[in-house]
Amino acid sequence: MKILVAVKRVVDYNVKVRPKSDGSDVDLANVKMSINPFCEIAVEEAVRLKEKGTATEIVAVSVGPQQSQEQLRTALALGADRAILVNTDETLEPLAIAKCLKAVCDTESPDIVLMGKQAIDGDNNQTGQMLAALLGCGQATFASELIVEGDRIKVTREVDGGLQTLGLNLPAVVTSDLRLNEPRYASLPNIMKAKRKPLDTTTPADLSVDIAPRVSLLGVELPAQRQAGIKVDDVAMLVDKLKNEAKVI
Amino acid sequence: MSILIIAEHDNSSLKPATLNSVTAAQEIGGDIDILVAGSDCQAAAEQAAQVAGINKVLVADNAAYNNALAENVAPLIAEVGAAYSHILATATTTAKNIMPRAAALLDVQAISEISAVVSADTFKRPIYAGNVIATVQSSDAIKLLTVRGTAFDGAAAEGGSAAIEVVGSSHSAGVSEFVGEEVAASNRPELTAAKIVISGGRGMANGDNFDMLYSLADKLGAAVGASRAAVDAGFVPNDMQVGQTGKIVAPDLYVAVGISGAIQHLAGMKDSKVIVAINKDEEAPIFSVADYGLVADLFSALPDLDSAV
Repeated sequence: MKILVAVKRVVDYNVKVRPKSDGSDVDLANVKMSINPFCEIAVEEAVRLKEKGTATEIVAVSVGPQQSQEQLRTALALGADRAILVNTDETLEPLAIAKCLKAVCDTESPDIVLMGKQAIDGDNNQTGQMLAALLGCGQATFASELIVEGDRIKVTREVDGGLQTLGLNLPAVVTSDLRLNEPRYASLPNIMKAKRKPLDTTTPADLSVDIAPRVSLLGVELPAQRQAGIKVDDVAMLVDKLKNEAKVI
Repeated sequence: MSILIIAEHDNSSLKPATLNSVTAAQEIGGDIDILVAGSDCQAAAEQAAQVAGINKVLVADNAAYNNALAENVAPLIAEVGAAYSHILATATTTAKNIMPRAAALLDVQAISEISAVVSADTFKRPIYAGNVIATVQSSDAIKLLTVRGTAFDGAAAEGGSAAIEVVGSSHSAGVSEFVGEEVAASNRPELTAAKIVISGGRGMANGDNFDMLYSLADKLGAAVGASRAAVDAGFVPNDMQVGQTGKIVAPDLYVAVGISGAIQHLAGMKDSKVIVAINKDEEAPIFSVADYGLVADLFSALPDLDSAV
Protein backbone atom coordinates (compact mmCIF):
# COMPACT_ATOMS: atom_id res chain seq x y z
CA MET A 1 0.00 0.00 0.00
CA LYS A 2 1.32 3.39 -1.01
CA ILE A 3 0.64 6.53 0.99
CA LEU A 4 1.00 10.08 -0.20
CA VAL A 5 1.25 12.62 2.58
CA ALA A 6 0.96 16.33 1.87
CA VAL A 7 2.78 18.84 4.05
CA LYS A 8 2.73 22.63 4.13
CA ARG A 9 5.34 25.14 5.24
CA VAL A 10 3.63 27.62 7.55
CA VAL A 11 4.51 30.13 10.21
CA ASP A 12 5.39 28.34 13.45
CA TYR A 13 2.38 27.96 15.74
CA ASN A 14 4.10 29.87 18.53
CA VAL A 15 4.52 33.01 16.40
CA LYS A 16 1.94 35.73 16.88
CA VAL A 17 1.61 37.23 13.41
CA ARG A 18 0.88 40.90 12.84
CA PRO A 19 -0.16 42.93 9.79
CA LYS A 20 2.50 44.83 7.83
CA SER A 21 2.46 48.56 8.55
CA ASP A 22 0.64 49.24 5.26
CA GLY A 23 -1.99 46.58 6.07
CA SER A 24 -1.46 44.83 2.72
CA ASP A 25 -0.70 41.41 4.20
CA VAL A 26 0.70 39.79 7.30
CA ASP A 27 4.35 40.43 8.12
CA LEU A 28 6.25 37.18 7.76
CA ALA A 29 9.73 38.70 7.48
CA ASN A 30 12.18 36.79 9.68
CA VAL A 31 9.57 34.72 11.47
CA LYS A 32 10.14 31.07 12.28
CA MET A 33 8.57 28.68 9.76
CA SER A 34 7.65 25.07 10.49
CA ILE A 35 5.72 22.12 9.16
CA ASN A 36 1.99 22.72 9.72
CA PRO A 37 1.11 20.86 12.97
CA PHE A 38 -1.81 18.99 11.36
CA CYS A 39 0.48 17.87 8.50
CA GLU A 40 2.97 16.57 11.04
CA ILE A 41 0.20 14.42 12.52
CA ALA A 42 -0.58 13.13 9.00
CA VAL A 43 3.08 12.19 8.48
CA GLU A 44 3.15 10.39 11.82
CA GLU A 45 0.05 8.39 10.89
CA ALA A 46 1.65 7.35 7.59
CA VAL A 47 4.80 6.27 9.39
CA ARG A 48 2.79 4.21 11.90
CA LEU A 49 1.02 2.46 9.01
CA LYS A 50 4.41 1.61 7.55
CA GLU A 51 5.71 0.36 10.89
CA LYS A 52 2.66 -1.90 11.16
CA GLY A 53 3.49 -3.32 7.75
CA THR A 54 0.31 -1.93 6.18
CA ALA A 55 2.04 0.70 4.11
CA THR A 56 5.00 -0.09 1.90
CA GLU A 57 5.97 3.36 0.66
CA ILE A 58 5.40 6.92 1.90
CA VAL A 59 5.77 9.82 -0.53
CA ALA A 60 5.77 13.30 1.02
CA VAL A 61 4.60 16.16 -1.18
CA SER A 62 4.63 19.89 -0.65
CA VAL A 63 3.37 22.69 -2.88
CA GLY A 64 5.19 25.92 -2.16
CA PRO A 65 8.45 27.85 -2.28
CA GLN A 66 11.94 26.40 -2.54
CA GLN A 67 12.32 26.57 1.27
CA SER A 68 9.51 24.00 1.62
CA GLN A 69 12.33 21.50 1.13
CA GLU A 70 13.02 21.99 4.85
CA GLN A 71 9.55 20.70 5.73
CA LEU A 72 9.90 17.84 3.26
CA ARG A 73 13.22 16.92 4.93
CA THR A 74 11.36 16.95 8.26
CA ALA A 75 8.83 14.50 6.81
CA LEU A 76 11.69 12.34 5.48
CA ALA A 77 13.36 12.40 8.90
CA LEU A 78 10.10 11.25 10.49
CA GLY A 79 9.99 8.29 8.14
CA ALA A 80 8.77 9.21 4.63
CA ASP A 81 10.71 7.41 1.89
CA ARG A 82 10.97 10.14 -0.74
CA ALA A 83 9.65 13.59 -1.42
CA ILE A 84 8.28 15.74 -4.20
CA LEU A 85 8.28 19.53 -4.17
CA VAL A 86 5.86 21.29 -6.49
CA ASN A 87 7.80 24.51 -6.52
CA THR A 88 6.14 27.89 -6.88
CA ASP A 89 6.76 31.31 -5.34
CA GLU A 90 3.12 32.28 -5.80
CA THR A 91 0.82 31.99 -2.79
CA LEU A 92 -1.52 29.27 -3.93
CA GLU A 93 -5.16 28.96 -2.95
CA PRO A 94 -6.52 25.60 -1.72
CA LEU A 95 -8.12 24.80 -5.10
CA ALA A 96 -4.81 25.33 -6.92
CA ILE A 97 -2.94 23.25 -4.32
CA ALA A 98 -5.55 20.49 -4.67
CA LYS A 99 -5.07 20.56 -8.46
CA CYS A 100 -1.29 20.21 -8.06
CA LEU A 101 -1.77 17.30 -5.65
CA LYS A 102 -4.26 15.72 -8.07
CA ALA A 103 -1.64 15.85 -10.81
CA VAL A 104 0.92 14.22 -8.49
CA CYS A 105 -1.64 11.53 -7.55
CA ASP A 106 -2.24 10.81 -11.24
CA THR A 107 1.42 9.77 -11.53
CA GLU A 108 1.92 8.24 -8.10
CA SER A 109 -1.45 6.44 -7.70
CA PRO A 110 -1.46 6.33 -3.89
CA ASP A 111 -3.98 4.20 -2.02
CA ILE A 112 -4.39 6.74 0.78
CA VAL A 113 -3.66 10.46 0.73
CA LEU A 114 -3.06 11.73 4.25
CA MET A 115 -3.00 15.43 5.02
CA GLY A 116 -3.78 17.92 7.75
CA LYS A 117 -7.36 19.10 8.13
CA GLN A 118 -6.27 22.70 7.84
CA ALA A 119 -3.16 24.84 7.72
CA ILE A 120 -2.74 27.26 10.60
CA ASP A 121 -1.97 30.22 8.31
CA GLY A 122 -5.06 30.52 6.12
CA ASP A 123 -7.29 28.33 8.34
CA ASN A 124 -9.16 27.32 5.17
CA ASN A 125 -9.84 23.64 5.87
CA GLN A 126 -10.49 22.93 2.17
CA THR A 127 -7.59 21.27 0.36
CA GLY A 128 -8.27 17.64 1.32
CA GLN A 129 -11.95 17.86 0.46
CA MET A 130 -11.12 19.50 -2.87
CA LEU A 131 -8.51 16.88 -3.71
CA ALA A 132 -11.02 14.11 -2.98
CA ALA A 133 -13.52 15.82 -5.30
CA LEU A 134 -10.94 16.08 -8.11
CA LEU A 135 -9.92 12.44 -7.62
CA GLY A 136 -13.57 11.37 -7.45
CA CYS A 137 -12.78 9.33 -4.35
CA GLY A 138 -14.03 9.14 -0.78
CA GLN A 139 -12.97 11.52 1.96
CA ALA A 140 -12.72 11.32 5.73
CA THR A 141 -11.99 14.70 7.24
CA PHE A 142 -11.10 15.54 10.88
CA ALA A 143 -9.92 11.99 11.54
CA SER A 144 -9.16 10.83 15.07
CA GLU A 145 -8.68 7.15 14.19
CA LEU A 146 -7.72 5.35 10.99
CA ILE A 147 -7.99 1.58 10.59
CA VAL A 148 -7.06 -0.22 7.38
CA GLU A 149 -9.22 -3.29 6.72
CA GLY A 150 -8.04 -4.96 3.54
CA ASP A 151 -8.91 -2.74 0.61
CA ARG A 152 -11.09 -0.46 2.72
CA ILE A 153 -10.54 1.93 5.61
CA LYS A 154 -12.59 2.74 8.66
CA VAL A 155 -12.15 6.28 9.92
CA THR A 156 -13.49 7.89 13.08
CA ARG A 157 -14.10 11.62 12.65
CA GLU A 158 -14.44 14.40 15.20
CA VAL A 159 -17.74 16.13 14.45
CA ASP A 160 -19.80 18.76 16.30
CA GLY A 161 -22.02 16.18 18.00
CA GLY A 162 -19.24 13.79 19.00
CA LEU A 163 -17.64 11.08 16.88
CA GLN A 164 -18.72 9.64 13.53
CA THR A 165 -17.31 6.54 11.86
CA LEU A 166 -17.21 6.10 8.08
CA GLY A 167 -16.18 3.20 5.88
CA LEU A 168 -14.40 4.18 2.66
CA ASN A 169 -13.23 2.41 -0.46
CA LEU A 170 -9.66 3.06 -1.53
CA PRO A 171 -8.23 5.26 -2.81
CA ALA A 172 -9.36 7.83 -0.27
CA VAL A 173 -8.29 11.13 1.22
CA VAL A 174 -8.00 11.36 5.01
CA THR A 175 -7.41 14.64 6.84
CA SER A 176 -6.06 14.55 10.36
CA ASP A 177 -7.47 16.17 13.45
CA LEU A 178 -5.46 16.86 16.59
CA ARG A 179 -6.07 13.58 18.35
CA LEU A 180 -5.22 11.18 15.53
CA ASN A 181 -1.82 10.63 17.15
CA GLU A 182 1.05 12.39 18.89
CA PRO A 183 3.90 12.93 16.44
CA ARG A 184 7.34 11.70 17.40
CA TYR A 185 10.50 13.76 17.36
CA ALA A 186 12.94 12.98 14.57
CA SER A 187 16.13 11.40 15.89
CA LEU A 188 19.49 12.83 14.89
CA PRO A 189 20.51 9.73 12.86
CA ASN A 190 17.17 9.92 11.01
CA ILE A 191 17.67 13.63 10.32
CA MET A 192 21.09 12.79 8.83
CA LYS A 193 19.63 9.89 6.81
CA ALA A 194 16.84 12.15 5.52
CA LYS A 195 19.40 14.34 3.78
CA ARG A 196 20.22 11.48 1.44
CA LYS A 197 16.65 10.47 0.64
CA PRO A 198 15.43 11.43 -2.86
CA LEU A 199 13.65 14.78 -3.24
CA ASP A 200 12.34 15.59 -6.72
CA THR A 201 11.20 19.00 -7.81
CA THR A 202 8.51 19.88 -10.32
CA THR A 203 6.36 22.97 -10.94
CA PRO A 204 2.67 23.69 -11.45
CA ALA A 205 3.50 24.50 -15.10
CA ASP A 206 5.20 21.09 -15.53
CA LEU A 207 2.01 19.54 -14.13
CA SER A 208 -0.15 21.71 -16.47
CA VAL A 209 -2.03 23.15 -13.50
CA ASP A 210 -3.69 26.55 -13.74
CA ILE A 211 -2.83 28.37 -10.52
CA ALA A 212 -4.34 31.76 -11.37
CA PRO A 213 -5.80 33.21 -8.16
CA ARG A 214 -9.58 33.51 -7.81
CA VAL A 215 -9.57 35.50 -4.61
CA SER A 216 -7.62 38.70 -4.03
CA LEU A 217 -6.46 39.86 -0.64
CA LEU A 218 -7.52 43.48 -0.23
CA GLY A 219 -5.92 43.93 3.16
CA VAL A 220 -5.47 42.66 6.68
CA GLU A 221 -6.16 44.24 10.04
CA LEU A 222 -5.98 43.36 13.69
CA PRO A 223 -9.26 42.21 15.19
CA ALA A 224 -10.96 44.46 17.72
CA GLN A 225 -8.82 44.10 20.82
CA ARG A 226 -10.41 43.30 24.13
CA GLN A 227 -9.34 45.39 27.05
CA ALA A 228 -8.43 43.47 30.15
CA GLY A 229 -11.07 44.17 32.79
CA ILE A 230 -10.70 44.15 36.52
CA LYS A 231 -9.59 41.62 39.09
CA VAL A 232 -12.25 40.80 41.64
CA ASP A 233 -11.32 40.06 45.24
CA ASP A 234 -13.50 37.03 45.84
CA VAL A 235 -16.45 34.99 44.64
CA ALA A 236 -18.97 37.30 46.34
CA MET A 237 -17.65 40.30 44.43
CA LEU A 238 -17.65 38.30 41.19
CA VAL A 239 -21.28 37.28 41.60
CA ASP A 240 -22.23 40.86 42.50
CA LYS A 241 -20.51 42.21 39.36
CA LEU A 242 -22.14 39.59 37.10
CA LYS A 243 -25.58 40.30 38.55
CA ASN A 244 -25.53 44.05 38.93
CA GLU A 245 -22.89 45.42 36.56
CA ALA A 246 -22.77 43.01 33.59
CA LYS A 247 -26.32 41.75 34.23
CA VAL A 248 -25.58 38.39 32.64
CA ILE A 249 -26.81 36.07 35.42
CA MET B 1 -28.50 38.06 -7.05
CA SER B 2 -29.72 34.66 -5.97
CA ILE B 3 -28.46 32.87 -2.92
CA LEU B 4 -28.67 29.19 -2.04
CA ILE B 5 -28.27 28.21 1.61
CA ILE B 6 -27.42 24.63 2.46
CA ALA B 7 -29.54 23.68 5.48
CA GLU B 8 -28.02 22.17 8.61
CA HIS B 9 -30.58 19.69 9.88
CA ASP B 10 -31.12 16.20 11.31
CA ASN B 11 -34.00 15.31 8.92
CA SER B 12 -36.64 15.86 11.62
CA SER B 13 -35.70 19.47 12.42
CA LEU B 14 -33.81 22.43 11.04
CA LYS B 15 -30.76 23.30 13.15
CA PRO B 16 -30.55 26.91 14.37
CA ALA B 17 -27.10 27.18 12.73
CA THR B 18 -28.90 27.54 9.38
CA LEU B 19 -30.38 30.84 10.57
CA ASN B 20 -26.94 32.47 10.85
CA SER B 21 -26.41 31.88 7.13
CA VAL B 22 -29.80 33.42 6.39
CA THR B 23 -28.68 36.63 8.08
CA ALA B 24 -25.41 36.64 6.14
CA ALA B 25 -27.40 36.07 2.93
CA GLN B 26 -29.67 39.01 3.76
CA GLU B 27 -26.58 41.20 4.13
CA ILE B 28 -25.45 40.13 0.65
CA GLY B 29 -28.96 40.78 -0.68
CA GLY B 30 -31.08 38.94 -3.23
CA ASP B 31 -33.55 36.05 -3.41
CA ILE B 32 -32.72 33.42 -0.80
CA ASP B 33 -33.50 29.72 -1.30
CA ILE B 34 -32.71 26.90 1.13
CA LEU B 35 -31.64 23.41 0.03
CA VAL B 36 -32.55 20.61 2.44
CA ALA B 37 -30.74 17.42 1.44
CA GLY B 38 -31.50 14.39 3.55
CA SER B 39 -33.51 11.25 3.98
CA ASP B 40 -37.10 11.51 5.25
CA CYS B 41 -36.37 15.18 5.71
CA GLN B 42 -39.80 16.62 4.96
CA ALA B 43 -40.18 17.90 8.53
CA ALA B 44 -36.90 19.82 8.30
CA ALA B 45 -37.97 21.24 4.92
CA GLU B 46 -41.26 22.44 6.39
CA GLN B 47 -39.39 24.24 9.16
CA ALA B 48 -37.08 25.80 6.59
CA ALA B 49 -40.14 27.10 4.71
CA GLN B 50 -41.20 29.00 7.83
CA VAL B 51 -37.94 30.93 8.16
CA ALA B 52 -38.57 34.61 7.55
CA GLY B 53 -37.43 36.00 4.21
CA ILE B 54 -37.02 32.76 2.26
CA ASN B 55 -38.06 32.63 -1.39
CA LYS B 56 -38.34 28.86 -1.73
CA VAL B 57 -37.14 25.63 -0.17
CA LEU B 58 -35.67 22.90 -2.34
CA VAL B 59 -35.90 19.46 -0.83
CA ALA B 60 -33.79 16.54 -2.01
CA ASP B 61 -35.16 13.58 -0.09
CA ASN B 62 -33.16 10.47 -0.89
CA ALA B 63 -31.58 7.67 1.14
CA ALA B 64 -28.22 8.60 -0.47
CA TYR B 65 -28.27 11.93 1.37
CA ASN B 66 -28.69 10.41 4.81
CA ASN B 67 -25.88 11.27 7.24
CA ALA B 68 -24.72 13.99 4.83
CA LEU B 69 -22.00 11.93 3.16
CA ALA B 70 -19.85 14.46 1.28
CA GLU B 71 -19.39 12.16 -1.73
CA ASN B 72 -23.15 12.18 -2.35
CA VAL B 73 -24.26 15.61 -1.16
CA ALA B 74 -21.48 17.69 -2.75
CA PRO B 75 -22.50 16.76 -6.35
CA LEU B 76 -26.08 17.69 -5.48
CA ILE B 77 -24.95 21.10 -4.18
CA ALA B 78 -22.83 21.60 -7.30
CA GLU B 79 -25.76 20.69 -9.54
CA VAL B 80 -28.41 22.78 -7.80
CA GLY B 81 -26.01 25.59 -6.86
CA ALA B 82 -24.79 26.16 -10.43
CA ALA B 83 -27.83 28.39 -11.03
CA TYR B 84 -27.03 30.74 -8.12
CA SER B 85 -24.66 33.66 -7.58
CA HIS B 86 -23.89 32.61 -3.98
CA ILE B 87 -23.92 29.32 -2.06
CA LEU B 88 -23.76 29.62 1.73
CA ALA B 89 -23.64 27.29 4.70
CA THR B 90 -22.87 27.89 8.36
CA ALA B 91 -19.43 26.51 9.21
CA THR B 92 -20.40 23.42 11.18
CA THR B 93 -18.30 20.27 10.81
CA THR B 94 -20.88 19.04 8.29
CA ALA B 95 -20.54 22.12 6.09
CA LYS B 96 -16.76 22.26 6.46
CA ASN B 97 -16.68 18.69 5.20
CA ILE B 98 -19.00 19.12 2.23
CA MET B 99 -18.70 22.69 0.95
CA PRO B 100 -15.06 22.59 -0.27
CA ARG B 101 -15.86 19.38 -2.15
CA ALA B 102 -18.80 21.10 -3.86
CA ALA B 103 -16.57 24.10 -4.62
CA ALA B 104 -13.99 21.92 -6.37
CA LEU B 105 -16.74 20.28 -8.44
CA LEU B 106 -17.83 23.77 -9.52
CA ASP B 107 -14.20 24.84 -10.04
CA VAL B 108 -14.69 27.63 -7.53
CA GLN B 109 -12.35 28.80 -4.75
CA ALA B 110 -14.45 28.59 -1.59
CA ILE B 111 -14.10 31.24 1.11
CA SER B 112 -14.13 29.76 4.61
CA GLU B 113 -15.77 31.16 7.74
CA ILE B 114 -16.62 34.70 6.71
CA SER B 115 -17.13 36.98 9.71
CA ALA B 116 -18.53 39.99 7.80
CA VAL B 117 -20.08 40.85 4.44
CA VAL B 118 -18.45 43.93 2.88
CA SER B 119 -20.23 43.63 -0.48
CA ALA B 120 -21.61 40.89 -2.70
CA ASP B 121 -18.09 39.76 -3.65
CA THR B 122 -16.00 41.01 -0.72
CA PHE B 123 -15.88 39.45 2.72
CA LYS B 124 -13.90 39.53 5.94
CA ARG B 125 -12.59 36.38 7.53
CA PRO B 126 -10.25 35.53 10.39
CA ILE B 127 -6.89 33.96 9.54
CA TYR B 128 -3.95 32.85 11.71
CA ALA B 129 -6.24 31.61 14.50
CA GLY B 130 -8.13 34.87 14.49
CA ASN B 131 -5.04 36.99 15.18
CA VAL B 132 -5.60 38.80 11.88
CA ILE B 133 -8.74 39.64 9.90
CA ALA B 134 -8.37 39.46 6.12
CA THR B 135 -10.58 41.26 3.60
CA VAL B 136 -10.88 39.15 0.46
CA GLN B 137 -12.59 39.64 -2.88
CA SER B 138 -13.75 36.74 -5.02
CA SER B 139 -13.63 36.85 -8.82
CA ASP B 140 -15.41 33.50 -9.22
CA ALA B 141 -18.82 33.57 -10.93
CA ILE B 142 -20.28 31.66 -7.99
CA LYS B 143 -19.30 32.75 -4.51
CA LEU B 144 -19.25 29.67 -2.29
CA LEU B 145 -18.94 30.66 1.36
CA THR B 146 -19.07 29.18 4.80
CA VAL B 147 -20.31 31.53 7.49
CA ARG B 148 -18.95 31.80 11.02
CA GLY B 149 -22.10 31.36 13.11
CA THR B 150 -21.01 33.62 15.97
CA ALA B 151 -20.48 36.56 13.60
CA PHE B 152 -24.10 36.71 12.39
CA ASP B 153 -27.21 36.69 14.57
CA GLY B 154 -29.76 34.03 13.69
CA ALA B 155 -32.65 35.13 11.44
CA ALA B 156 -36.22 34.66 12.66
CA ALA B 157 -37.13 30.96 12.51
CA GLU B 158 -40.78 31.77 11.86
CA GLY B 159 -42.86 34.23 9.91
CA GLY B 160 -42.21 32.96 6.40
CA SER B 161 -44.21 30.70 4.14
CA ALA B 162 -41.91 29.69 1.31
CA ALA B 163 -42.98 27.22 -1.34
CA ILE B 164 -41.36 23.79 -1.16
CA GLU B 165 -40.04 22.28 -4.41
CA VAL B 166 -38.77 18.76 -4.85
CA VAL B 167 -35.33 18.15 -6.35
CA GLY B 168 -35.44 14.72 -7.92
CA SER B 169 -31.83 14.10 -8.82
CA SER B 170 -29.96 11.39 -6.97
CA HIS B 171 -26.21 11.24 -6.49
CA SER B 172 -24.83 8.11 -4.94
CA ALA B 173 -21.09 7.80 -5.38
CA GLY B 174 -20.91 4.38 -3.73
CA VAL B 175 -17.44 4.99 -2.29
CA SER B 176 -18.33 5.71 1.32
CA GLU B 177 -20.74 4.50 3.95
CA PHE B 178 -21.88 5.64 7.37
CA VAL B 179 -20.80 3.06 9.96
CA GLY B 180 -21.91 4.66 13.21
CA GLU B 181 -21.68 7.55 15.59
CA GLU B 182 -21.15 8.32 19.23
CA VAL B 183 -23.19 11.36 20.10
CA ALA B 184 -23.04 12.71 23.61
CA ALA B 185 -26.52 12.93 25.09
CA SER B 186 -26.97 15.99 27.24
CA ASN B 187 -29.86 18.02 28.58
CA ARG B 188 -27.72 21.15 28.61
CA PRO B 189 -27.91 23.67 25.76
CA GLU B 190 -25.68 23.27 22.70
CA LEU B 191 -22.29 24.91 23.16
CA THR B 192 -22.60 27.12 20.10
CA ALA B 193 -26.13 28.26 20.97
CA ALA B 194 -25.87 28.68 24.76
CA LYS B 195 -26.19 32.10 26.41
CA ILE B 196 -23.73 31.05 29.10
CA VAL B 197 -20.74 28.75 28.62
CA ILE B 198 -18.57 27.42 31.45
CA SER B 199 -15.33 25.82 30.31
CA GLY B 200 -12.71 23.86 32.20
CA GLY B 201 -9.06 23.44 31.38
CA ARG B 202 -6.08 21.44 32.49
CA GLY B 203 -6.47 22.96 35.96
CA MET B 204 -9.55 20.81 36.50
CA ALA B 205 -7.05 17.95 37.03
CA ASN B 206 -9.43 15.14 36.01
CA GLY B 207 -12.76 14.37 34.39
CA ASP B 208 -14.59 13.78 37.69
CA ASN B 209 -13.93 17.36 38.75
CA PHE B 210 -15.97 18.54 35.74
CA ASP B 211 -18.99 17.57 37.87
CA MET B 212 -18.43 20.88 39.67
CA LEU B 213 -18.85 22.66 36.32
CA TYR B 214 -21.93 20.61 35.38
CA SER B 215 -23.57 21.48 38.69
CA LEU B 216 -22.90 25.19 38.23
CA ALA B 217 -23.98 25.01 34.58
CA ASP B 218 -27.30 23.43 35.47
CA LYS B 219 -28.04 26.23 37.93
CA LEU B 220 -27.31 28.85 35.27
CA GLY B 221 -28.76 27.06 32.25
CA ALA B 222 -25.28 26.98 30.78
CA ALA B 223 -23.38 24.70 28.41
CA VAL B 224 -20.05 23.19 29.46
CA GLY B 225 -16.96 23.41 27.29
CA ALA B 226 -13.29 22.59 27.64
CA SER B 227 -9.87 23.64 26.46
CA ARG B 228 -7.85 21.47 24.11
CA ALA B 229 -5.58 20.52 27.01
CA ALA B 230 -8.53 19.10 28.95
CA VAL B 231 -9.74 17.13 25.91
CA ASP B 232 -6.26 15.85 25.02
CA ALA B 233 -5.82 14.72 28.63
CA GLY B 234 -8.99 12.66 28.27
CA PHE B 235 -10.98 14.56 30.93
CA VAL B 236 -13.91 15.12 28.54
CA PRO B 237 -14.88 14.20 24.94
CA ASN B 238 -13.84 16.13 21.83
CA ASP B 239 -17.23 17.68 21.15
CA MET B 240 -16.70 19.91 24.20
CA GLN B 241 -13.56 21.57 22.82
CA VAL B 242 -13.69 25.34 22.41
CA GLY B 243 -10.99 26.89 20.28
CA GLN B 244 -9.52 27.45 16.85
CA THR B 245 -10.01 23.84 15.85
CA GLY B 246 -12.94 23.08 18.12
CA LYS B 247 -16.12 25.05 18.49
CA ILE B 248 -16.27 28.81 18.13
CA VAL B 249 -18.56 30.29 20.76
CA ALA B 250 -19.70 33.83 21.57
CA PRO B 251 -22.14 33.63 24.48
CA ASP B 252 -23.29 36.49 26.70
CA LEU B 253 -21.13 35.05 29.48
CA TYR B 254 -18.08 32.82 29.16
CA VAL B 255 -16.51 31.48 32.33
CA ALA B 256 -13.01 30.02 31.90
CA VAL B 257 -12.01 27.85 34.84
CA GLY B 258 -8.45 26.59 35.14
CA ILE B 259 -7.71 27.62 31.56
CA SER B 260 -4.44 29.44 30.92
CA GLY B 261 -5.59 30.97 27.64
CA ALA B 262 -3.46 29.74 24.72
CA ILE B 263 -4.16 31.77 21.55
CA GLN B 264 -5.81 28.70 20.02
CA HIS B 265 -8.33 28.74 22.87
CA LEU B 266 -8.83 32.51 22.78
CA ALA B 267 -9.63 32.18 19.06
CA GLY B 268 -12.69 30.18 20.01
CA MET B 269 -14.19 32.44 22.70
CA LYS B 270 -12.84 35.97 22.62
CA ASP B 271 -15.96 37.38 20.94
CA SER B 272 -18.02 36.47 24.03
CA LYS B 273 -19.77 39.50 25.50
CA VAL B 274 -18.53 39.05 29.07
CA ILE B 275 -15.57 36.86 29.98
CA VAL B 276 -14.78 35.62 33.47
CA ALA B 277 -11.50 33.88 34.25
CA ILE B 278 -10.80 31.86 37.37
CA ASN B 279 -7.18 30.80 37.62
CA LYS B 280 -4.66 30.57 40.41
CA ASP B 281 -1.85 31.87 38.18
CA GLU B 282 -2.28 35.63 38.02
CA GLU B 283 0.06 35.79 35.01
CA ALA B 284 -2.20 33.49 32.92
CA PRO B 285 -2.90 35.05 29.48
CA ILE B 286 -6.63 34.41 29.92
CA PHE B 287 -6.73 37.43 32.28
CA SER B 288 -5.74 39.74 29.40
CA VAL B 289 -9.12 39.12 27.74
CA ALA B 290 -11.23 38.69 30.89
CA ASP B 291 -13.67 41.37 32.02
CA TYR B 292 -13.61 39.89 35.50
CA GLY B 293 -10.63 37.94 36.72
CA LEU B 294 -10.54 35.98 39.94
CA VAL B 295 -7.11 34.83 41.04
CA ALA B 296 -8.02 31.85 43.17
CA ASP B 297 -7.75 28.10 43.51
CA LEU B 298 -10.66 26.78 41.46
CA PHE B 299 -11.28 23.98 43.95
CA SER B 300 -12.26 26.51 46.60
CA ALA B 301 -13.79 29.10 44.24
CA LEU B 302 -16.15 26.74 42.40
CA PRO B 303 -18.05 25.45 45.46
CA ASP B 304 -18.38 29.07 46.68
CA LEU B 305 -19.66 30.14 43.28
CA ASP B 306 -22.05 27.22 43.15
CA SER B 307 -23.65 28.19 46.44
CA ALA B 308 -23.67 31.91 45.62
CA VAL B 309 -25.69 31.77 42.40
